[in-house]
Amino acid sequence: MKDVGAGPVLSVRDISKTYGEGATAVEAIGSISLDVRRGELVCVVGPSGCGKTTLLRMLSGLLRPTSGEVLLNGRPLEGTPESLALVFQDYSRSLYPWMTVQKNVELPLRRLAMPRAEKSEKAAHALASVGLADSAHLYPWQLSGGMQQRAAIARALAYSPEILLMDEPFAAVDAQTRGELEDLVLNLQAEYGMTVLFVTHDIDESVYMGDRVVVLSSRPTTVLQNIDVALPKPRHQLDTKSLPEFAELRGHVYERMHDVRI
Amino acid sequence: MTRRTRLLLEFGSPLLVLAAVAVISNLKLSYYFPPLQSVFADFVGIWAEEQTRAGVWSSLVRLFQGLLLATGIGVIGGVLLGLSRTASAMLMPIFDFLRCIPATALIPASILALGIGDASKVLLITLVCLWPVLLNTMDGVAGVEPVAIATSRAYRIRPGDRLFRILLPAASPRIFSGMRTSMALALIMTVVTEMVAATDGLGAFTLAAQRSFDITGMWAGILTLSILGYLLNLALAGIEHRLLHWYRRSREERT
Repeated sequence: MKDVGAGPVLSVRDISKTYGEGATAVEAIGSISLDVRRGELVCVVGPSGCGKTTLLRMLSGLLRPTSGEVLLNGRPLEGTPESLALVFQDYSRSLYPWMTVQKNVELPLRRLAMPRAEKSEKAAHALASVGLADSAHLYPWQLSGGMQQRAAIARALAYSPEILLMDEPFAAVDAQTRGELEDLVLNLQAEYGMTVLFVTHDIDESVYMGDRVVVLSSRPTTVLQNIDVALPKPRHQLDTKSLPEFAELRGHVYERMHDVRI
Repeated sequence: MTRRTRLLLEFGSPLLVLAAVAVISNLKLSYYFPPLQSVFADFVGIWAEEQTRAGVWSSLVRLFQGLLLATGIGVIGGVLLGLSRTASAMLMPIFDFLRCIPATALIPASILALGIGDASKVLLITLVCLWPVLLNTMDGVAGVEPVAIATSRAYRIRPGDRLFRILLPAASPRIFSGMRTSMALALIMTVVTEMVAATDGLGAFTLAAQRSFDITGMWAGILTLSILGYLLNLALAGIEHRLLHWYRRSREERT
């Protein structure tokens, strides 16, 4: 039985990460606490090299924190949890080039107990949701960068995770594609009520995407501020970004991030 | 270049070389280089006669037994070593020494231990073919993209799927490059072991022909071996072309 009560889906309690020991030890993460509630899209934004990827690897169970704990549905993480999906920045390496897009999306479903037909149905549906219905039979390297990242998002979507973690997913695509992909994730999140933790170094992106923005400091990383983003939904690339509240929020995040740098 | 001119060149140049060899060999400059047509006649004879055809067959069987054993052991061992830093750190120095032993130097020892039958030949072929496959598989597995591994862990891909659908396909270009090397070595080792101690097989046939001054027979044996080697390579390249189409095309796409 999964606990689907009112508590946060993901709860991070005072985790830290120190690499190495003794005099050469590097404190990557000082202390981070944050909660992600069901159906929420939380953006984590921080300066380059502030350990965002380290944080995400700890949240996904790929890396153990030095101290503190990560709770998923109130239970401490042991290894990689059952129902968590990851979308990496490096889509071209995250998708397997020897499989078609369809097979890539189906691969994580293979261990689930459901008929094979249902699995390919799920994969096909996820691919249709990201606009890749016609590309299912192609190989990842036959697709553009943006389409590859769509395929990776479809893979996460088909998996129906409790929480979707995204690690700077659009940092490697061009500006126009980036806008399209941002809107795709927002639409999917609204449609499926997904819980998303979205890591980025881009302040505009964090404010545009997030229901809430968690601002991180540079190393050793701590949470500087939790900012609720009360911008109207659905968001729109032009309208939302020309709202005075948007400018105010991004200015605020910018100041918080730069305060600590000086 | 059009397709037609390319085909013309690809087929034309070997024919030209063949014609030149035919003309020169018919000048009868040396007893040791008999006319090409008589070599061909003996070559046909090898395939026509029951006994020699069986010899070709037993050579091929030994070659494939050795190559398949080496590939099996090499891939399994290579995966284990590629996954375990401890194991590879422990075993690599030993392997580096072992693979430097010329396998031909082991022929006397293996004849003593296993006799002159098929077992000692297959063992030596296996031993020679093992290293290229093993070391390439190991590098291939160890070199799988970290993001690809992290993806499989995050999605909790089953161990079986991780092996057969991620690790082995990712390492397959390296495995094939090891197998290509091993294929060439296997043919060499087959011939050498048959020349040292065997009553059948193409190596034994070629050596016996030379010893009885059947020079055309000797050249026919050499010709048969070269054609076999060429066909084996062609077959392996064909399999590789099919299995690694994604690798070839994804690289073309990138450039």
